[in-house]
Amino acid sequence: MISDFLNPSYLAGFLTLVLIYGVFAIGLNVHWGYTGIFNFGVAGFFAVGAYTSAIITKQPASGAYMTYIGGLHLPYVFGLLGAGLACAVLAFIIGIPTLRLREDYLAIASIGVAETLRRVFINEMWLVNGTRGIIGIPQPLHGLVDQADYKYVYLAIAAVILLVVYVAVERGIRSPWGRVLRAIREDEMTAAASGKNIFAFKMQAFMLGAFIMGIGGAMYASYVRAITPDTFVPMFGTFLIWVMLIVGGSGNNKGAILGALAVWLIWDRTGALVSNAQDPRIFYVRNLLIGVMVVAVLLLRPKGIWGEEKRVSVYAGKEPERAKAKDEAAEPLASVVSTAEEAGDGGAS
Amino acid sequence: MAQLVVIGLIMSSIIALGAIGLTLIYGILKFANFAHGDLMTVGAYIAFLTFTGGGHIGPLSFGYGMILAMLAAMLVVGAMSVLIDRLVYRPLRRRNAGLVILAMASLGMAIIVRSLVYLGWGPDQRFYSSGLQYAHQFPLGIALKPDQMFIGATALVSVVSVYLLLYRTKLGKAMRATADNMELAKVAGIDTERVVIATWAIGGSLAGLAGVLLGIQSHLMPEMGFIFILPLFAASILGGVGSPHGALVGALVVGISQEVSTEWISPAYKPAIAFILLFAILLVRPRGIFGVKV
Repeated sequence: MISDFLNPSYLAGFLTLVLIYGVFAIGLNVHWGYTGIFNFGVAGFFAVGAYTSAIITKQPASGAYMTYIGGLHLPYVFGLLGAGLACAVLAFIIGIPTLRLREDYLAIASIGVAETLRRVFINEMWLVNGTRGIIGIPQPLHGLVDQADYKYVYLAIAAVILLVVYVAVERGIRSPWGRVLRAIREDEMTAAASGKNIFAFKMQAFMLGAFIMGIGGAMYASYVRAITPDTFVPMFGTFLIWVMLIVGGSGNNKGAILGALAVWLIWDRTGALVSNAQDPRIFYVRNLLIGVMVVAVLLLRPKGIWGEEKRVSVYAGKEPERAKAKDEAAEPLASVVSTAEEAGDGGAS
Repeated sequence: MAQLVVIGLIMSSIIALGAIGLTLIYGILKFANFAHGDLMTVGAYIAFLTFTGGGHIGPLSFGYGMILAMLAAMLVVGAMSVLIDRLVYRPLRRRNAGLVILAMASLGMAIIVRSLVYLGWGPDQRFYSSGLQYAHQFPLGIALKPDQMFIGATALVSVVSVYLLLYRTKLGKAMRATADNMELAKVAGIDTERVVIATWAIGGSLAGLAGVLLGIQSHLMPEMGFIFILPLFAASILGGVGSPHGALVGALVVGISQEVSTEWISPAYKPAIAFILLFAILLVRPRGIFGVKV
């Protein structure tokens, strides 16, 4: 069980995926954890990010079994940014009809987008090579070291990207802009009454989170080097990331990264356990585990392992000194994920 | 074309059974039940488990055993829905959890239920009965198999029964009152918890039946219901959330559009058609055709 991790090469691969999923979890945290945007279509952004980066960094398609658009052969950084931009544009399009409506309409619409996109990727051969997928996606700084040691280079690259994303989001969330997002999450009416344009703020958060997911998709594409539409089924592309966020603690970026580590550890180790099973049905025990984790966290520990900090402004004191009971009574309908303790802070924008 | 419309009607009748249950739950409990499609899957597999053959009824591909299997599916899925509500949704309701948390819990339940189906029967396709069926020829080049006529008839009977239940019984009145305003219904002396149980029982058994009919129309596989969730939501939102006759109209629009679209585009995009309809209605009239508010 544990002995695999004594192999540094395996450990490097494992940690790289944790870092990539950490980026996704932070992106989803911008949506759900901070703004309350109910995005069930993470897989769609995952796929668009991965494919966009692939066609930006790869050479033009050649040979009988390869057809895809683009093939710009640009450096990795352009792949990352292009993937982020493509996802932000997609978020803009989805957001126009849904961000003004009830939260669950966006959830339904985003599932629909993810599933529709997957079908487009499967059926439109000319676009990104259909079910054959795209292979040989370039990796950054590839000639730098020996092929056998490259995984450590990519681990370092992934760590740098996650750090940049983490610092950027933390700064955003601790700014007045971030406090408006949390105010919207707690109570849209109050935020609107304070003169905030709810739709604009939600759209910005939706596009920012999507941009981050696009970056995650690009990181994934260059890590695995081969992607097919099957990579982006909802179980793997959406639900796994949701579980990471709510297990780790939505509303807390450190929690999101911790959740990515904890859940990927479980997913990876149970995968090793079931990989030798004779009966193919055993494989689905892992999916069952994901579902059980969602329900169990919501019922037993709605805040996750590492819940949201009560106060995030760098200028405020360490602990809020207000009468918590009063705030609690004022907000009987506050959702369970957000706790009543920080309700007073959320409205302070 | 006429053929596609008729097949669309058959699919609509299956969508309607699922969408009526979905919209009732949506109307009364106010949350999107993402597990509804997977409840259909369970229904289909319960019928597969209990179906014993029993000869053939007339030209149908199955015998009286299928009627029993259908009842078993409705009973099990109805009871299961109530049980899930007691174990998961009610504790969350009592904690005043938001509708989004309930929707997320339902997605968790969807994954659990589907995984259990995978664990029980594996990923392969299953069929209730093998063998070919000859289609009856009708004017306008319409060909229908006896099984498909059976699906349409069963769905029609169920929809009429639900209508009578909702508009002709005291329970139906209580359900509609609770959907309108739960607090007010409580004040009026309605036992809303009983209404919630009844809603799950009815919605669940309709979903179970819809699953069996879908299994008869095509085949069984663990993802069958989850794929169906887009048409279900599209139909409910199109018709107006909480409105049973709206769900019926929405189901007709979605079901027929999906089939007729295959005249021009690949059948692989059928769920995408449901989604495009959903997207369009959200843009133009988010409350749906018969809905009152969002």
